[in-house]
Amino acid sequence: MGRRTPLYELHRSLGARLIDFGGWDLPLTYGSQLDEHHAVRKAAGLFDVSHMGIFDVRGRDARALLERLIANDVGKLQAPGKALYGCMLNESGGVVDDLIVYYLDAPGEAHDGLRDGERFRVVVNGATRETDLTWIRSQARGLDAEIIERVDLALIAVQGPEARAQVARVLAPGEAAASLALGRYRAAQIGDLYIARTGYTGEDGFEVMLPAAQAQDVWQRLNALGVVSCGLGARDTLRLEAGLNLYGHDMDASTHPFESRLGWTVALEPRARRFIGREALEAVLARGIDRKLIGLELDGRGVLRAGQRVIAADAGPRAGSGHGQGIVTSGTFSPTLQRSIALARVPAATAGTVRVDVRGKLLEASVVEPPFVHLSTKGSP
Amino acid sequence: MSQVPSGLRYSKTHEWVRVMPDGLLEIGITDHAQRALGDLVFVETPEPGRRVSAGEPYAVVESVKAASDVYCPVAGEIAAANTELASAPERINQSPYEAGWIARIRPDDAAAVAKLLTPEQYSKLIEAEGD
Repeated sequence: MGRRTPLYELHRSLGARLIDFGGWDLPLTYGSQLDEHHAVRKAAGLFDVSHMGIFDVRGRDARALLERLIANDVGKLQAPGKALYGCMLNESGGVVDDLIVYYLDAPGEAHDGLRDGERFRVVVNGATRETDLTWIRSQARGLDAEIIERVDLALIAVQGPEARAQVARVLAPGEAAASLALGRYRAAQIGDLYIARTGYTGEDGFEVMLPAAQAQDVWQRLNALGVVSCGLGARDTLRLEAGLNLYGHDMDASTHPFESRLGWTVALEPRARRFIGREALEAVLARGIDRKLIGLELDGRGVLRAGQRVIAADAGPRAGSGHGQGIVTSGTFSPTLQRSIALARVPAATAGTVRVDVRGKLLEASVVEPPFVHLSTKGSP
Repeated sequence: MSQVPSGLRYSKTHEWVRVMPDGLLEIGITDHAQRALGDLVFVETPEPGRRVSAGEPYAVVESVKAASDVYCPVAGEIAAANTELASAPERINQSPYEAGWIARIRPDDAAAVAKLLTPEQYSKLIEAEGD
């Protein structure tokens, strides 16, 4: 038996097919993962992602700790409610985890002008939350920074073009207006709910952190409005269509951000900020990046899947010796495009078309620039 | 709970067999199997005329989650294949025992069907697998 989220009993009563995901019992689907996928693209769906780790970081050195831990620059977070996506790196520049950090508030500031009370919230992957907590605490030694794991909170993602309006309908009028006023990558404590305009599907929507005891009620009220319960299966096809990496598949502790389509999350300026992994990344940039993560689209039938061998079309006679070879890191069937898509790590020179070993057959695939599905960015920025 | 219709025979690898009035055997995958696979997106059916032995893969079903070989429960010759599955693989999810049939075979030995699992035996098997 795996770990259970506050919504476990509800998932069972909804007929979910539960699977083990990083030690957690979570819904794969409630019926058809294709139907769930389309519900998110066309209207709204909701996901239980309470397995993800929510850590509050506070103290006089909270900001300094995060500036050292995260390759993106937490200095960009000057206004409470702002969110930032980034990676924690190890000393070799490998990705320890990807995360979102939210600037909660600075309650001490008004009193003494010092930011001794700054509070941040970090949301990390479920499979890595224990190792992340150990890593963050080890880096916090000797600093005035307290890390609190918010096991009291559930996390529900509501995603899709109608998601924000649907969430607003389950809130009190004043709270609804506050939630709809949130800009992209902004968050706010609204009543008992911490509502963030973030997500992992490529659609607009919210991620809602709320007291565990309220999770079931909110879920059922959203269901009653027609918001479809969605499992991890749909979450995976949605994120891959949007070209979003999955930690442990598309990047991990042995790959750096520049070979993982995550270079944009590395803030090398200001140069004085000595984040963990910086020296390794500077060395990588000095000697050149030899691998990259690309998007692939299969022209014919079949499904690209993680672990399949990729052969660059111009690899020539040296293909067998390991030159020109790559590997699929994530692959699936795209319900929107009705053909297979994948992310693959390949030699930096790869372009045009490649061949992929799909169950013993070499199938031709086109190199494309993710996102695979071009999503309308409706709503205010 | 998965459906296990009476009147059919079953294999340990989750295929079903129906004896047709003309002596052909209609074959497909069980409700239990389609549930385990999830939404199907591609089905590769065999060419009529092809000879298959018992236990040999004769079709491939691919879901969003995984690709799986489908094994032939009885030796014989493929007499027909359900070509509609190429454009409508979801028929296997929606109707595994009727519209989702995969092939019809002309068995080498009609008596071979009697050696397959009865509905009761197959129900026990999938119950043991946690159906």
